[in-house]
Amino acid sequence: MARTVWNSTVGKKTVMAVSGLVMLLYLVAHMLGNLKIFFGTDEFNHYAHWLRTVGEPLMHYEWTLWVIRVVLVVAVVAHAVSAYQLSRRDIKARPSKYVHKKPRAGYATRTMRWGGIILGLFIVWHILDLTTGTVHSGGFESGKPYQNVVDTFSTWYGNAIYIVAMLAVGLHIRHGFWSAAQTLGVGSRTRDRALKAVADVLALLLTAGFLAVPVGVMTGVVS
Amino acid sequence: MKLTLRVWRQKNADADGAMSTYEVDGISPDMSFLEMLDTLNEELILRGEDPVAFDHDCREGICGACSLVINGDAHGPERTTTCQLHMRSFKDGDTIDVEPWRASAFPVVKDLVVDRSAFDRIIEAGGYITAPTGSAPEAHATPVPKPDADFAFEHAECIGCGACVAACPNGAAMLFTSAKINHLNVLPQGAPERETRVLDMVAQMDDEGFGGCTLAGECATACPKGIPLTSITAMNREWLRATRKAGKR
Repeated sequence: MARTVWNSTVGKKTVMAVSGLVMLLYLVAHMLGNLKIFFGTDEFNHYAHWLRTVGEPLMHYEWTLWVIRVVLVVAVVAHAVSAYQLSRRDIKARPSKYVHKKPRAGYATRTMRWGGIILGLFIVWHILDLTTGTVHSGGFESGKPYQNVVDTFSTWYGNAIYIVAMLAVGLHIRHGFWSAAQTLGVGSRTRDRALKAVADVLALLLTAGFLAVPVGVMTGVVS
Repeated sequence: MKLTLRVWRQKNADADGAMSTYEVDGISPDMSFLEMLDTLNEELILRGEDPVAFDHDCREGICGACSLVINGDAHGPERTTTCQLHMRSFKDGDTIDVEPWRASAFPVVKDLVVDRSAFDRIIEAGGYITAPTGSAPEAHATPVPKPDADFAFEHAECIGCGACVAACPNGAAMLFTSAKINHLNVLPQGAPERETRVLDMVAQMDDEGFGGCTLAGECATACPKGIPLTSITAMNREWLRATRKAGKR
């Protein structure tokens, strides 16, 4: 069965839909967690620490976090590999373009591939910046995420990279969520408007929620 | 009407093609697009040139033979087949671009004619029901609920012209394949082969080198018969169901 799924274009799209929804679920939790920064240093740092102790005493320190990380890595890799293979196939299936070109499809639909690549690169930067601190601008201190976040958004490039990525994620979700519903076969004519509305609201809320943090630092609300 | 046509000319499958420009005069707004091309071809023959090759058959909008991407739209600016498109949709003095369907699964045979036999092979893979032939069965012997009959008929309208493939940015045949699958899978007559049909037809579609669906929606916009985009959603649902069932066996 796994082979049937992976070898079919319809099956590979299913892999993309499921992995995309897993990442979307994570993004919602991540965005809500980020907003705790507006309650001050102690509450935000305490929340970050709690993330490492979730599930204790059943789980050891950071175990739950590592389970989530592994699931996410699997989702990202599955999503990216399927997207790469399907895109190569799509480009091969339409080798010669029409002489008479017309503007096609919505902006969100047309930017899925480039948007996805931008998001992939962003994730690498984001982890190196705020998880490992490798490319962090200030003096990175693990266990002090509040100060680390403020440091990142005190640089112009930190803000620029983040804002571009969050706009990309909004567009990606706008087409992606609705598409996932079609791929998984849950869409229908009667549900179409509702699904599109949910996709739009999710995209808007996530983008706004994530952007609230750099905007908060820039305006001095978070410092 | 006087028009300037820019038409894709290609001697054969192996030759390189290019757009050639022609002037046509004396076109009536009541002519169909194909009759306009007939007029051009008559002139070309009189001049001793090779006429433009294009596919056509019934010229009633029901056979699916005609094709042509006109000004970047499959079947042109109206939501119908090229044979049912009339010159009144254009203005005097217009320049019109005419190109063949573009997809690697639909290789150009000559000029505007493409080989659509990939569609036939998708049908061969499962677009039928296995039943003894003979005299027509009694109509009330197999009851079909009205919503199912409507659903089947909406998808049975597909004439297999390939406009969906031509319009799709990925050269995908999802709308065609889904229409053919949904048409039979919803009916009691199609039920015995419900799972093998969707699995085999999707596999054949992939084998033919069509692209995948990115839900751009161009196919449903181009379809002269109005097959909805949700047809693809329904096929995905059938495919997932069949895959789950096959996994259990």
